[in-house]
Amino acid sequence: MTTPAIELRDVVFGWPTGPTVLDIARFDVARGEKVFVRGASGSGKSTLLGIIGGVLQPGRGSLRVLGTELANLRPGARDRFRGDHIGFIFQMFNLIPYLSVLDNVLLPVRFTPHRGAAFVAAGALRAEARRLLVALGLHDPALQKRAVTELSIGQQQRVAAARALLGSPELIIADEPTSSLDYDARADFLQLLMQECARSAATLLFVSHDTSLGSLFDRSVSLREINRAAQPAGAAA
Amino acid sequence: MRSLWNRRGTALLTIFSIAVSVSLLLGVQKMRVAARDSFANTVSGVHLIVGARSGPLNLLLYSIFRVGDATANVSWASYQKIARHPDVEWTIPISLGDSHRGFRVVGTNADYFAHYQYGGDRSLRFAQGKPFADLFDVVLGAEVARQLGYKLGDEIIVAHGLGRVSFSQHKDKPFHVAGILAATGTPVDRSVHVSLEAISAIHLDWQNGVQPAPWARIGAAQARQAKLTPDSITAFLVRMKEPALIFTMERSINQYRGEPLSAVIPGVALTQLWDLVGIADTALTIVAAFVVLAGLLGMLTAILTTLNERRREMAIMRAMGARPAHIFSLLMAEAGTLALLGVLAGVALTFALLALAAPLISQRYGIFMQPGGLSGMDLSLLAGIVGVALLLGAYPAWRGYRNTLNDGLSMRV
Repeated sequence: MTTPAIELRDVVFGWPTGPTVLDIARFDVARGEKVFVRGASGSGKSTLLGIIGGVLQPGRGSLRVLGTELANLRPGARDRFRGDHIGFIFQMFNLIPYLSVLDNVLLPVRFTPHRGAAFVAAGALRAEARRLLVALGLHDPALQKRAVTELSIGQQQRVAAARALLGSPELIIADEPTSSLDYDARADFLQLLMQECARSAATLLFVSHDTSLGSLFDRSVSLREINRAAQPAGAAA
Repeated sequence: MRSLWNRRGTALLTIFSIAVSVSLLLGVQKMRVAARDSFANTVSGVHLIVGARSGPLNLLLYSIFRVGDATANVSWASYQKIARHPDVEWTIPISLGDSHRGFRVVGTNADYFAHYQYGGDRSLRFAQGKPFADLFDVVLGAEVARQLGYKLGDEIIVAHGLGRVSFSQHKDKPFHVAGILAATGTPVDRSVHVSLEAISAIHLDWQNGVQPAPWARIGAAQARQAKLTPDSITAFLVRMKEPALIFTMERSINQYRGEPLSAVIPGVALTQLWDLVGIADTALTIVAAFVVLAGLLGMLTAILTTLNERRREMAIMRAMGARPAHIFSLLMAEAGTLALLGVLAGVALTFALLALAAPLISQRYGIFMQPGGLSGMDLSLLAGIVGVALLLGAYPAWRGYRNTLNDGLSMRV
């Protein structure tokens, strides 16, 4: 029996000067599971992702990601752990504007060499980056060399997904990746993302306020239900 | 450093401003060294400068640099006495007081051309012609000939006094150009040399420094017949047979009973003079240093203004596993790169300008600029500039570091 992807126990988080933002008694995600977390803005979404990503340090409680207790790691090690094992997709502005599409996809490897460990040779890594781009529907080779600012938002989000998937990290965290897409593009994007997650057996944690997407996932969780901290609207961005 | 390349417009301007300020600083440094060298090289081989009693600076200034006036003269008898002293190798007499169109007239003798040395061991060289042979021959410094466009054989009228425009001219006794000296980069270039006898001759009929009425004048032809041994000279340069004898001679001249005389060692007086001039020189260096600082502050501003628009970029990098230290070193590297490129460009700019200007400067002013090579002083200056840049760069780097810690993975854009 493998350890769960995410194992959260009695985690409490509050900004030093503010009220408690997050107070979760228990939240588990099994490996390979695709979980939809529903939450309006201000429900502690970003905070939750920050804690799981190891950027924010919970004041109390235990958080194990892929079997590793993040509280036991030093900040630098947490950063490396995040780079090695977690792929992020944000709502928008995912890409670094002055890098080419391909370089954007390859970006994580620059900071965490282990991420590409499965593709030791740099050439293989590039080939994998290209394969991901093609798999996500960006077939045109000329497009891969183009500046990312020339891409449509839908295309940009696919590039971001390719980057998150590169090196097959065990956990993919998506923070409202579809909210800037129109309905058709949204369905397309989700399908491709799911497909690639399944392929690399990655766990997907998908956060959105759009409840209509929930049915596409293995499980749907409402952050409001698991977060015991009363949320004044708009407390967290 | 693709991030920097993305902002190449600003980055280039920043580098350029640093480069200009660095080359200004280096240029000032080079000039200062060159000026100091040429200063110290003005006269060499001379052990003592002797004149009427005055301060060493004044004596040095009027005898060597042809600046200012002598307060009194040295009698011919005293000069002869010292010149014939057994320990003295040679002497060069100097008689000042007249001018030609703003250039000083120096009365001297053939020893001047034989013994005068500058820049270590370089002797005077004739570009054209030869030393004066006739009473009314004149030898011009290179600068005089260049500025006034004189050739061999041209006629010259010497004016009484030192003004550029003089109303009393020695019109009755014209001189002819017998020789033109090669450029030396010393005040010699700006001097008009005549014989001591010629100085006597043109003042033969003068009474108490006033030109006589026309009927009382003595013509050039008559002057040749007169006894022209001068009564006095302004100063003279002395070389001893042994350097060890310098101090004995200096003391005995300073205590000379016949008349009040002063003897100074050129090196000592030059050092005093340099101390004086050094103030302006230091001021110039300080100004240049501040210009460099302004350039670096420009860089600081450029980096700081980009910091906010790059928050997003940094959040992405953080999500990719970049540590805050990564962000810090990235920003530091940016400051370092800008400064380093700026310094390198500045050095290149300096050398390019020097290569262009050096021939002109050496020709015009006789200041010889070493074209290549950075002195240890220059190198440590440049290293200091990069060091200060890194120090300044630490501020935006720290701000970026703080931002990434506060922002986490959220994008506050």
